[in-house]
Amino acid sequence: MIPALGAQYLGAQLPGVDLVPATFNYAALSPILVVLGVATVGVLVEAFVPLRSRYAAQVGLTLAGLVAAFLLLVLLAVNHQTATAGLKVLGGAVLGSVIIDGPALFLQGTILVFAILGVLTMAERLGGVGADAFTPMGSATPGSGQEALALRAGSMTSEVFPLTLFAVAGMMLFPSAGDLLTMFISLEVLSLPLYLLTGLARRRRLISQEASLKYFLLGAFSSAFFLFGTALLYGYSGSVYLPDIAAAIPQGGSELNGLLVPGVFLVAVGLLFKVGAVPFHSWIPDVYQGAPTPVTGFMAAATKLAAFGAILRVVYVGIESARWQWSPAIAVVAILTMVVGAVLSVTQTDVKRLLAYSSIAHAGFILVGVLAFDRTGVSGVMFYLVSYGLTTIAAFAIVGLVRADGAEATHLSQWAGLGRRHPWTAGTFAFLLLAFAGIPLTSGFTAKFAVFEPALRSGATGTIMVVVGLLASAVTVFVYVRIIVLMYFTDSQNDAVAVVTPSVMTTIAITFGAAMTLVLGVWPTELLQLSASASQFLR
Amino acid sequence: MHTLTNGLGAYAGPVALAGEGPVTAVTASGITAYAWLLVALPALGAAILLVGGKRTNAFGPLLATLLSWGSFVVGLLVVISMAGRADADRAAHLHLFSWINVGSFNLDAGQRLDPLSMAFVLLITFVGSLIHVYSLGYMKDDPDKRKFFAYLNLFVAAMLLLVTADSYLLLYVGWEGVGLASWLLIGFWNDNPAYATAANKAFIANRVGDLGLSVAIMIMFFQFGHVDFASVDAGAANASPGALTAMGLFLLLGACGKSAQFPLQSWLGDAMAGPTPVSALIHAATMVTAGVYLVVRSHAIFEGSPTAQLVVVIVGAITLLFGAVVGCAKDDMKKALAASTMSQIGYMMLAAGLGPVGYVFAIFHLLTHGFFKAGMFLGAGSVMHGMNDQVNMRRFGGLRTVMTITWATFMMGWLAILGVPPFAGYWSKDKIIEAAFIGEGWRPWVFGLAALIGAGITAFYMSRLFFMTFHGKKRWTEDIHHPHESPLTMTIPMMVLAFGSVVLGAILGFGQTSLLQSWLNPVFGITAGTEGEPVLPANLLLGLTLVLVLAGAGLAWVRYVRDVVPEIAPHGNLVTQAARNDLYQDAVNEGALMRPGIHLTRSLVFTDTRGIDGAASGLGALVIGASTRLRKLQNGYVRSYALTMLAGVVIILGAVWVMQ
Repeated sequence: MIPALGAQYLGAQLPGVDLVPATFNYAALSPILVVLGVATVGVLVEAFVPLRSRYAAQVGLTLAGLVAAFLLLVLLAVNHQTATAGLKVLGGAVLGSVIIDGPALFLQGTILVFAILGVLTMAERLGGVGADAFTPMGSATPGSGQEALALRAGSMTSEVFPLTLFAVAGMMLFPSAGDLLTMFISLEVLSLPLYLLTGLARRRRLISQEASLKYFLLGAFSSAFFLFGTALLYGYSGSVYLPDIAAAIPQGGSELNGLLVPGVFLVAVGLLFKVGAVPFHSWIPDVYQGAPTPVTGFMAAATKLAAFGAILRVVYVGIESARWQWSPAIAVVAILTMVVGAVLSVTQTDVKRLLAYSSIAHAGFILVGVLAFDRTGVSGVMFYLVSYGLTTIAAFAIVGLVRADGAEATHLSQWAGLGRRHPWTAGTFAFLLLAFAGIPLTSGFTAKFAVFEPALRSGATGTIMVVVGLLASAVTVFVYVRIIVLMYFTDSQNDAVAVVTPSVMTTIAITFGAAMTLVLGVWPTELLQLSASASQFLR
Repeated sequence: MHTLTNGLGAYAGPVALAGEGPVTAVTASGITAYAWLLVALPALGAAILLVGGKRTNAFGPLLATLLSWGSFVVGLLVVISMAGRADADRAAHLHLFSWINVGSFNLDAGQRLDPLSMAFVLLITFVGSLIHVYSLGYMKDDPDKRKFFAYLNLFVAAMLLLVTADSYLLLYVGWEGVGLASWLLIGFWNDNPAYATAANKAFIANRVGDLGLSVAIMIMFFQFGHVDFASVDAGAANASPGALTAMGLFLLLGACGKSAQFPLQSWLGDAMAGPTPVSALIHAATMVTAGVYLVVRSHAIFEGSPTAQLVVVIVGAITLLFGAVVGCAKDDMKKALAASTMSQIGYMMLAAGLGPVGYVFAIFHLLTHGFFKAGMFLGAGSVMHGMNDQVNMRRFGGLRTVMTITWATFMMGWLAILGVPPFAGYWSKDKIIEAAFIGEGWRPWVFGLAALIGAGITAFYMSRLFFMTFHGKKRWTEDIHHPHESPLTMTIPMMVLAFGSVVLGAILGFGQTSLLQSWLNPVFGITAGTEGEPVLPANLLLGLTLVLVLAGAGLAWVRYVRDVVPEIAPHGNLVTQAARNDLYQDAVNEGALMRPGIHLTRSLVFTDTRGIDGAASGLGALVIGASTRLRKLQNGYVRSYALTMLAGVVIILGAVWVMQ
């Protein structure tokens, strides 16, 4: 456990007066640095490599960078295990802006895996010159002659790959941020590329651009809350470092005592916005529907994971000792999130919107695990994030393959009878839906169990949340089974709907996601053990 | 397939507990370590024949027969090595694999190879293999012969698993396995709807019993935390009588289902729909005796609960009379034999309920019965084979001359079941009657007399069957021109079983402390010669039994050899009619269980559609309504989204402010 980027910070003195040069542990930071570096190279590729070979260069570079970062991370994690013992000497006084500890390593690794799968689905060309999901020219007015011209010239927005890498770097930084300012910066680093990516859909571009703008406006709004909360917490504790805030709580008694709870809530708003908790969820359906489908899958999996990682860190490192003051309200948020997500998914008619509401409900389930306040809760949440993310990427990848007249057929009625014409695709999708529903022998069941079980043990509030969670799950089962019934037991009215044959990249992503959904349902022990052993935060 | 436990350490728990019981199981070694082959060989046969499909048609039946004999050889070798050890070291335990490992509950799959289970193993493999041979002839022209042998092998494997299991749960696996094989084989000719119905009836009646067994296992788990025999035996010593009674009664329910004992006896008669070798193997010699095995194996539980023991004896006594009465009126040869089986198992059950005095005799009668009843069933099959599948005894008569071998072998079985000295039944049944008279108060008189009278009735109905079939005038139907003796593949097994019916009793039962007693006594921890004395002198009982048997046989001779047997069954008096209808057991079942069951189902369906479905649909409508209304909040305007967020923040902060 290494404070990777840490100033020799002395909390009692005024900032600015006694600045000490920061010390860097480049080894610990290397995966993030690699991702950022490759992203920068990607920008140069965009500028200098000719159009013909740009796609191959970008995809190859991106995947290579992600894999390299992942390998570095594995190396780091292996060494990290041996180094843990010695780190206890440091005691409680570890301050750092970036902290690479067990949860950070686990979450960063998962983000890299999600990113690899996400890039594989984004790079799907379906026979065209550029990535099929993205517009050939982002700056062209939808439907204009300029757009048609760009299409004919074979242009493509291959800058989506460096953008993705920047977002990935932000996501990796987010759960390992040791102070609120670093956390804010990484929040912005991950958000800005996502705003752009959301607006780059090839088809239904107006919806896509609208989604992008909404996402940006609301994101900025929530960032403001986060920053305001940070300021309040600084006022309360005199520091933005999470351990300092934690240390300040038991002392209490200062005249600024009243700043703690508002500060916590405002910071929480910024984070809960990112995971899509009610009442900060409104952007999710619109953005999930509008964004290019592979981006939606990647966003749903990775952003959620990164944001929950940050929530875990803020909660367990920073503000746990004040939990009696803030956890009831967050429990209400969790309950609302589960109920609203589940209930609203009932009346959805668009597959992407339906999965968006399902994602809101899942955010509620995960929050239940966060509020368990012990290490099994942390490990359960991390397990949930991995299994949900893998299932989600595969599910959205399949959504991207069901087409009518070249465009994605996302209206539910278009999915009728799919099971008979495309048994493999429909079967896989049905299996993923069962995983979302939490049916045993899928990872969804194990994951729900992993977060509900610690919550049940945590006390009355936990029990109430689990009961609500189970009821909400029951409602969502109806929703998912309805799609399965639609695919298998309803006659098709539209013969134009067909599943396009994807390239090997998308196939890999879908197969991996579905296979892991099964593996983590049948044989979850290994990952559960890994997440359990990685569940100790460095405080 | 198996791993030998490394010394005693690997299963220290059960062994340490077993030390308090009568027998300590040692770890299996030598040939005993290969006892898993007992189950594996026939299971392999079943797998090859079923998976191999039509390709195995040519050699499958022969392979199945060989594998069954292979099992017998393994069993014999194990018994020989067991006999070479001292009494105390005979019981062996073979660890197979770690089966269930959940939290604090660990259960290993293993085999308990002690004199009791090996006695069963020898019976099952020997009689089973003979019947495999017999079936080679009997089923020669059946198009599904391969499947038949696959099921037979499956049955043998499951039955061997049942008797060699080291825990109630593994026993349960075998228990269900034999139930499955029985269902498959009763309904083997399932293109006949009546046969398929018979198979289902047997299966359903058995489910009732199986439920009892599973509840008993659950109680054991609840009480002791273990379900292996060693731990349960040890735990039974300190358990409360109430718990033991509950376990005993539920075990008995299981035993009643499998062994066709009152009140779950109704299926056995219909089970005769299966091919005759099946009736001989499963529904006479082996599977139906599994209930007796279960009671005897659980002796520690029953000894701790006199109530449960008494119920066992009562069930045995009722069934032995019930079966005997039904047997007197049946004209269908196989159904008469089935009634007789029921009655004979009643004897065994009664003996098993008598406690230590009866265990050995229960097993003794089980073994001799396995031989002579299987022999007679095969004889019946041989008669049917020669008579165009006719089973109505009123259309037999005078077959002695045309089927000499069948007649002679059947006679050995007939004399054995009558209990004529020195045939096998004499040694075993007489001992049960004697044991039933041991005790104090009213019990020896009631149960002893029931057993005694049963012997008389048995003599009557078995003689009736024998005389109607083989003696008297020919009453054959017109379509039968040349009744013929069966081929050697069929008659040789009959001869072997007939030989056993003659000598097995004397071999196992001769002497003050018989061979079987000295073999089995260590299992139950009893020393020979400690039994009480019957309330009547033993010689008087013997004399009485013989007089009753002679009277029964004589009456049968008068009515079915001297007098003319009508070809159409006479109307008969009320008792005869009742007996013909199995004493109205089906009507009772229908009135007591089926009709209320159907009404219950109907009312449940009504509640389900109106109440539960209504509530569910109502809830669903509620959710959809809420969803539709909530959906309006998602209006697509970013300003209202932002407002929602702001409202959320304000509400949360406001609530906190109010609370503080």
